[in-house]
Amino acid sequence: MAEKQKFVGQSIKRNEDPRLLTGNSTFIDDINLPGMLHIAIKRSDFAHAKINKIDVEKAKALPGVVAVYTADDLGDYWKPGPLQVPPPSVIKGAIFFARPLECIAKNKIRFSGEPVAVVVAESRYIAEDALDLIELDVELLPYVGDLEKTLAPDAPLVHEDLESNLAADVIQEAGSWEKAVAEADVVVKKRLLVNRVAGGALENRGIVVNWDQNLNLLTVWATTQGPIPMRNSIAKYLGLLENQVRLINPAIGGGFGPKIMSSQIDDVVIPWIAMQLKRPLKWVEDRRENFLGTTSERDQLHYAEMALKKDGTILGVKDVFYHNTGAYNPYGMTVPLNTQTHTVSNYRVPNFFTEIKMVFTNQMVVTPVRGAGRPQGVFVMERLIDAAAKELGMDPAELRRKNLLQPEDFPLRTGIIGQDFVEGILDSGNYPYALEKTLEGIEYEKFKQEIQPKARAEGKYKGIGITMFTEGTAVGPYEGCKVMVGVTGKVSVITAYSNQGQAHYTTFAQVAADQLGVKVTDVDVVTGDSGQWSWGVGAFASRGITLVGTAVHNASLKVREKALNLASKLLETPVDELELEDGVVRVADMPEKFITLGELAMRSNPTRGTVEPGMEPGLEAASYYGPPHGATGFGSLAMIVDVDPETGMIKIERLVITDDCGQPVNPMVVDGQIHGGLQMGIGEAFYENLVYDDYGQLVTASFMDYLFPQASDMPDKFEIYHSHTKSPLNPLGIKGVGEAGAIAPPACMMQAFEDAMGLDDMFITESSINPSKLYNYIQKAKGA
Amino acid sequence: MTQKVKVAITVNGTLYEREVEPRLLLSDFIRHDLGLKGTHVGCEHGLCGACTVLIDGQTARSCTLFAVMVDGSDIKTVESLGTLENMHPIQEAFSEVHALQCGFCTPGFLMTTVEFLEGNPNPTAEEAREAIDGNFCRCTGYENIVKAVQLAAKKMAAH
Repeated sequence: MAEKQKFVGQSIKRNEDPRLLTGNSTFIDDINLPGMLHIAIKRSDFAHAKINKIDVEKAKALPGVVAVYTADDLGDYWKPGPLQVPPPSVIKGAIFFARPLECIAKNKIRFSGEPVAVVVAESRYIAEDALDLIELDVELLPYVGDLEKTLAPDAPLVHEDLESNLAADVIQEAGSWEKAVAEADVVVKKRLLVNRVAGGALENRGIVVNWDQNLNLLTVWATTQGPIPMRNSIAKYLGLLENQVRLINPAIGGGFGPKIMSSQIDDVVIPWIAMQLKRPLKWVEDRRENFLGTTSERDQLHYAEMALKKDGTILGVKDVFYHNTGAYNPYGMTVPLNTQTHTVSNYRVPNFFTEIKMVFTNQMVVTPVRGAGRPQGVFVMERLIDAAAKELGMDPAELRRKNLLQPEDFPLRTGIIGQDFVEGILDSGNYPYALEKTLEGIEYEKFKQEIQPKARAEGKYKGIGITMFTEGTAVGPYEGCKVMVGVTGKVSVITAYSNQGQAHYTTFAQVAADQLGVKVTDVDVVTGDSGQWSWGVGAFASRGITLVGTAVHNASLKVREKALNLASKLLETPVDELELEDGVVRVADMPEKFITLGELAMRSNPTRGTVEPGMEPGLEAASYYGPPHGATGFGSLAMIVDVDPETGMIKIERLVITDDCGQPVNPMVVDGQIHGGLQMGIGEAFYENLVYDDYGQLVTASFMDYLFPQASDMPDKFEIYHSHTKSPLNPLGIKGVGEAGAIAPPACMMQAFEDAMGLDDMFITESSINPSKLYNYIQKAKGA
Repeated sequence: MTQKVKVAITVNGTLYEREVEPRLLLSDFIRHDLGLKGTHVGCEHGLCGACTVLIDGQTARSCTLFAVMVDGSDIKTVESLGTLENMHPIQEAFSEVHALQCGFCTPGFLMTTVEFLEGNPNPTAEEAREAIDGNFCRCTGYENIVKAVQLAAKKMAAH
């Protein structure tokens, strides 16, 4: 009985824009409560040290300071963990040593930036003054940060109770790499490095806590991407029931991954202090603290090989890689498992061996940043194909074309278990279309035949890169929502999913409006408030629109049915003669005979008389949706770049991307997601880079040093094409798109730089370079 | 106790006479003393531009100025533009071409655009891109912001 789609698929202006544009949104730092105190966190300047003493007496004595806490002051409350993501025990033979975060360092400091003390003061200014008065007496320990050396027998141990710094070892193999090598004409080998980047949301992390001891209610406003897991974690720590903790997401100024992380000092220690002091508390990071105290990602070293026939047929891929998890591994294997599932996922690769060696280092903990392991896998595969193309003297586009998975290959079981602990199944796709559309869009042949030779004749170095990617999205376990028609006739959609700018206030409204015959602007969407909706998982893996969107669709269908059944009684007309449109249920042939949705909502809550057994009041319904496995988006990215070999500076002259995220709910929003992803991918490839020095100090802890991509760094236009291979997994055919743009740019750009220079010996083995590195690659290849 | 200094600062047409600590940042004065929360703080070191306001008609980063430094000045924040029901043409343009996602950086872009379009009411895409180059946005990739600046110019010309 589903209504046809009127709004899904339309580019509709966003419901949330006016409040964001006029300064009427409430972000975390906009929340101020009577009697509120302010928190600043003392963080270690040392990367690896034993704590002898933390002297907080001078800090406590500063006028305006209310309290100072160290781990010792927490008593029995102090404990590590829990793990936010469980160990990968579903994978046969997997080794995983769980070392969850310590919310505040007790005996030992394991990374520079780790919290060691908390100051509570009357103002943020005073709290920060007090940080300088805290004296840290430590015994320095040798720092370990190199991904390979960390496993050397004499390497200092990040966790002394372990035999080595090995955090996990996971081997997965589909087919037989040995067989591939035995049959191969050529095996190419590369050592490839993927460096670390920041999430870089413009709004830093923060938390505001208010404990009401009379109501037994702890209200927490937090910038988390996972409000329900954080709510549950806080409840468990503090011995409260879930409904005694109300976790609210205010407006959130971007997430990009790191805001998913909980069980940190903010959500473990600050609520506890609020209950001790019986005062509201606020903590908001500043930018330096965000660099030092918020998780980041990438950082893998790959030893990768590809076996091929002379004609370019890929026989197998082997990839053994080190994955830096930082000082702890609270987020489990999510990131490196994504790397394993996104390495060969565009191609027919009959034999694939992949091994993760996850290592502990004295660096910030690694958790997902937009892309979350996918860019590493794609970087490795696309670079191997480029290396093979050079080796075989084949065109890079032709080698890709020859090995792509074909539409009839889907659904395809990959034999590789992913971050959701389910064997990867590529649900649907048309990869050749994406490749050909992109090549056509960027005029690949014309560039190779005419534009590039002409430019070269003029002394200009222009190059082209062509890459493929997949984006595993919309993984389980589940999300849910409640949909209600109110007495005004307006519709409420309530979910605990969290929103960081993805347009959920509009896209979820579009889905509901289609089934309930109202305007998109008449649907009010609530996100991330555990007081209004109690269940959910979180914003990661590009899963919001698919999982919550499907739940909204299903709940709206139930509400629609309720409304039509009630109207049928009141209008004394069979349901199949009714239509729901323009906020009313009317008799199809007699438009003057109708009842408004608001009136139906009022009548759905009878106040006298009796009801039928099993009756459920309200035009309200809840629904949950959990897919059997993720829905895989995909695409192809090409760029034309101009390289100045004298300075190493570049310009992206053209960028063409073809993306397929199934049925787009709001194409304008889909393109916006792709734009933002591309910006992060380009930033990763040529601007952004988190750099630790030899002592474990992050030397790029400001926007002076961490180069945030700006408008002038982007191409003039992102030329976007779409295909729409609907996912068979959900009724609307949706797939996610949040990470699509961020996946392929490093691979694409390195290929384009090499093509621009046309030097036989130039092969870029890193995903993050800069003008001086590019210059050096060029000089080295020239033998200079 | 810290010495306090009297300031008289006009913000969005209202004169505020306050006593403030000399070290109070202008961004904190606007946000926390005056409660004008539309001005956002993204980096506190003058790079990201989210805190951009107009001081006597010129854009400035309110996170790298002390409130006492702008004593006697006339300041405009995002709240000086349109309202929920009646947005400014620049705000309308941003919404129409999806030039904002999370919206955190947006007030800074809007104030930068106000100043820019006063000096260049009919900009090319290249000029618009250069004008917003000092403001960081993580969500949009900037392309739609460039479009919004140009669309805003057209809307303002038609007004």
